[in-house]
Amino acid sequence: MHGLLRRSLALALALATAVLFAAPANAATAPAVQEQRIDVPAGPGLAGTISLDTSLYLPAVTPAPAVLVAHGFGGSKASVDADAKDLAARGFVVLTWSARGFGKSGGQIALDSPDYEVADASRLVDWLATRPEVQQDGPGDPRVGVTGGSYGGALSLLLAGYDKRIDAIAPVITWNDLNQALFPETAAAGVPPQTTPAAGAFAPDGVFKRGWAGIFFSAGASPGPAQPGTNATCGRFTAQVCAAYTEAATTGRLSPATAALLERSSPATVTNRITAPTLLVQGETDTLFGLDQADANARQIAANGTPVKVMWYSGGHDGGAPDQGVRDAIGAWLDHYLARKGDAPATGFSYAVSSGIRAGATVANSRTVQAPTYPGLSGTAPLTTRQLSLTGDAQTVVTPAGGNPAAITSLPGLGSALGAVGGRLSAATAVPGQSAQFRTAAFADPTTLTGAPRVTVTVSRVPGQPGPAEAILFASTSELAADGSRTLLGSSVAPFRVAVPADGSPVTVTVTLPGVVAPIEAGHSLAVSVATTDQAYAGGTEPAVWRVGVTGGLTIPTVAGQAVSANTVPLGPAIGIGVVLLIALALWVGARLRRRRLTTNAVADPDAPPLEIRDLAKTYKGGFSAVRGVSFTVAQGMVLGLLGPNGAGKTTVLRMLMGLTRPTAGSITAFGLPVAAGAPVLARIGAFVEGPGFLPHLSGAENLRLYWAATGRPTAEAHLAEALEIAGLGASIDRRVGAYSQGMRQRLAIAQAMLGLPELLVLDEPTNGLDPPQIHAMREVLHRYAAGGRTVLVSSHLLSEVEQTCTHVVVMHRGLVVADGTVDDIIAGGGAATFTVDAPERAAGVLGGLTGVHAVQVDGGAVHAELNGTPRASAVRALVTAGVDVASAGPRRRLEDAFLQLVGEDTEP
Amino acid sequence: MIDDAPTHTGTVGELAAGPPPTGYRPGRTLPLRVELARQLKRRRTQVTFGLVTVLPIILWVAFSLAASSPPGSATNLVDLAKGSGGNFAVFALFASASFLLVVVVALFFGDTVASEASWSSLRYLLAAPVPRARLVRQKAIIAALLSVGALLLLPVVSLVVGSLAYGTGDLVSITGESLPFWTGVGRILLAALYIAVNLSWVAAVAMLLSVSTDAPLGAVGGAVMASIVSQILDQITALEDLRNYLPTHYGTAWFGLLSGQVDWGDITRGVFGSLMWALVLGALAIWRFERKDITS
Repeated sequence: MHGLLRRSLALALALATAVLFAAPANAATAPAVQEQRIDVPAGPGLAGTISLDTSLYLPAVTPAPAVLVAHGFGGSKASVDADAKDLAARGFVVLTWSARGFGKSGGQIALDSPDYEVADASRLVDWLATRPEVQQDGPGDPRVGVTGGSYGGALSLLLAGYDKRIDAIAPVITWNDLNQALFPETAAAGVPPQTTPAAGAFAPDGVFKRGWAGIFFSAGASPGPAQPGTNATCGRFTAQVCAAYTEAATTGRLSPATAALLERSSPATVTNRITAPTLLVQGETDTLFGLDQADANARQIAANGTPVKVMWYSGGHDGGAPDQGVRDAIGAWLDHYLARKGDAPATGFSYAVSSGIRAGATVANSRTVQAPTYPGLSGTAPLTTRQLSLTGDAQTVVTPAGGNPAAITSLPGLGSALGAVGGRLSAATAVPGQSAQFRTAAFADPTTLTGAPRVTVTVSRVPGQPGPAEAILFASTSELAADGSRTLLGSSVAPFRVAVPADGSPVTVTVTLPGVVAPIEAGHSLAVSVATTDQAYAGGTEPAVWRVGVTGGLTIPTVAGQAVSANTVPLGPAIGIGVVLLIALALWVGARLRRRRLTTNAVADPDAPPLEIRDLAKTYKGGFSAVRGVSFTVAQGMVLGLLGPNGAGKTTVLRMLMGLTRPTAGSITAFGLPVAAGAPVLARIGAFVEGPGFLPHLSGAENLRLYWAATGRPTAEAHLAEALEIAGLGASIDRRVGAYSQGMRQRLAIAQAMLGLPELLVLDEPTNGLDPPQIHAMREVLHRYAAGGRTVLVSSHLLSEVEQTCTHVVVMHRGLVVADGTVDDIIAGGGAATFTVDAPERAAGVLGGLTGVHAVQVDGGAVHAELNGTPRASAVRALVTAGVDVASAGPRRRLEDAFLQLVGEDTEP
Repeated sequence: MIDDAPTHTGTVGELAAGPPPTGYRPGRTLPLRVELARQLKRRRTQVTFGLVTVLPIILWVAFSLAASSPPGSATNLVDLAKGSGGNFAVFALFASASFLLVVVVALFFGDTVASEASWSSLRYLLAAPVPRARLVRQKAIIAALLSVGALLLLPVVSLVVGSLAYGTGDLVSITGESLPFWTGVGRILLAALYIAVNLSWVAAVAMLLSVSTDAPLGAVGGAVMASIVSQILDQITALEDLRNYLPTHYGTAWFGLLSGQVDWGDITRGVFGSLMWALVLGALAIWRFERKDITS
């Protein structure tokens, strides 16, 4: 029954392990991928077709809704392979392709132009309409969604605007207005009040974002296959795009032609037509497409009554890719609106709050906050803003000639590796004299700034100082800690160009600062900085001096929400904890039942001898047999000596007797009860085996007291005072045992063995390390102990010891008992006698001639004989009569002979 | 020499004639207070508790001596620690959780049986007789008591030192959330308890080694080594999901307690994983000790 219990517990444990530790359902096999090239018309003004490199990922079950996954700028269909596989595992047919001008597709990059890239995507939808694997809403109308990041995100929006067949979109970190993304202008006069958290000013004639634009352009320009008759600097861009970039990069201004080109590539032109439910994911660490771009998309699309959900995550073009939580949200969005699976995802708003504290890779430093709605969209709650007063007089700032040196606030294109460091760099790299600072009072409560703050700035000329007609300035928000350290929020700046009146009067504009999510600690304050340079933008190059001040205060948006943790209590592990605790409980109960059964079986026999050993054997691991069939009995009142040379197996027997090691065979019973590990009968045996064992940091007295306390027996039974007397340590009893000599420890250990006056006292080599008077006293103690009716077992390798101390003896050699009896019997050896003589041979002859004498043996100078009743004196007389000189005559000491023989054998090599 | 004091024969003979003692009950052997007294009187226990008490003061002195980080550099835990008493305690826990507290738990559990074996006192306890499973149980209970005591002492002393040095301001978590002081105190103590449960597997490894060897250092070192190996394997991202089964994988999950809404996910997983390991290894320790030949 016990075995069964144990087996079933083991099985339960194994099952629990298997179920609860089973790897997350990754069982879905890799989706089937078909690669094909699809020809699409080359587009307006171009002849023939171009070939697109595409991959179709098929889920386990078809027909299924389809998802187009568009790649980012500079990528190809390979860069979205992982996303495609994820979506295919969710049950979608996924089509990826390299956009024209990228990867192995033909054609030239037209920047998501409706005539080219967007038209291409429409042809792909046509192609999906012909596929039997794709679920169809009607003839030529497949059930299809679009997702993609950055360049692919804008394509999602544009395609949804141009192609009514699109059923859902999830654009990620993308733009609304490419003009504003590349030529941002954040200042305007007389702007209406802020209604959404990150609404940008989107004023015309902005400042060229040359850092990002250059990176963007070079991603498409190199490595460019130089084709004859084309401009080698244009790479795979169309001539129009190339010309627009060249113009912007050289002049730093947005020409009407370029503005028109960029406008066609902007979702802003079609957002009023988008009816496909839209999930907008934007990054909070993004100096390329900021939160204002997603805000504009959200406002414009929601105005149509289309469901819109906005998510801001801690990442972006300067940070990292979306985390699993965002990817799951995209999957859930497509699941619902394409596959009609699951509840409608909440069209609320979630944003990530990052503390910016670094605490190692395993500790998350951001949390996600969920608000019921994106404030300010039609039908939602209005935006909450706070007005903070700013201190700081108007200050003079200088634009250096050539715009150099310039402040470095961001490192476009370096992505998450270095980009996020930009905010930390700023304080060190802001150039003195180039910026005006204004600060708020310290925050009384922790506040999370969510969105784009606004500030009204005045700019005027300084009489007698140079200055062109327009000032180009960069406004930014920083968090100021109490110790003065500052953090640039969002690692980004808001550039603005403003015409400054020549008469010295100030111009007043409202600047929309970069949209950010920033937790401001209580005691910290915000600082608004207006600077004249920034490395990432084409700033002013003419030397100028401006006087910059602020009027009114700083308006900051906040969005109340609930921090949601990614996980609530997960069911599997919670059940697992219960199972583990139950198994532990079951093991405990099982062990208890088993012990109770074992202990109640034993019945004591009052007449049984204190110790009975039968056929005891012990073979250690490795095959060494220390004891081979030992049997002897110790009766009450005996002082039994266990005699044998070192290695005879004495200690092994005693160890088994104490329940420390298990016999290989045979049995030990004490007082009729079997001896085993932890057997209660051991409480009636006091033992000192193989040296003392004390806690060295405690005194002798404390050791004995704690040892007795550990037995759990009543203090009155201990007879501590008597034991201490036997130890005879005097005042040393209160010193640390660690400082004791060998003999003192020995005596303390014997005293410990005698605590509680055990009925059987077992002492292993008790006189080792004692001096002669102490040995004598010890013998006396043992005799009196046995005389009181108790029993003593002493082991020794010294014959004299046993002779003088014991009443009985068991001689062991090589694991076997070689002799057993009373000491007198064995010593006297019956009628045997030994004569030490000068002529042994002659003496042997004389003795052999006596009547009844036999077994005569010569042993060196001694002669042994069995006198068999003949008095020893008669034998001596006979010898002397025969002329043999007798030096000594006495009983033959057989024990000694036997023992010496054994020891002698042992010392031989 | 005191050693030369004569041995008295005393009155043992007369007493030995008395009735045999009968007061033995297996369930009363090695009472917890006796084992606690045995352990508390040991220098290593006193040193450990001393160290845990002094550590926050050392940290405070180090923070006071160190130059503050240059303005504009990234905020790290040290900067955060100087914000308030709660933050200081979080730092003290974070700095010690992955190694110091592992060593403390490994010491209390790994040393407890092995040191008795090395002093030879183990065989006298077992011959007393203290039943073997009971010996392991009583020693484990006291080792757990001492470990939890040290684990709680560290944040408590840190809170006191931190509050005196940096005030009783809000606890600002890694995720940037603020918790009122007393809420923060509760969460920090809860975090210490989580760390205690999370280290239960270390306790079980140490106990298994402790009953397997006569060398206390080997048992303690082996358990610490197991923790380090697990932490190293956890760094190998190529192992992916396999890392979730490493007992140290959720070692920092207690940070989930330091936010407005507690993230129970990783905490639950961490508790489960640790208890699982602790059960298997702990059961193995008792099974092994019950059957072992004590030869020390």
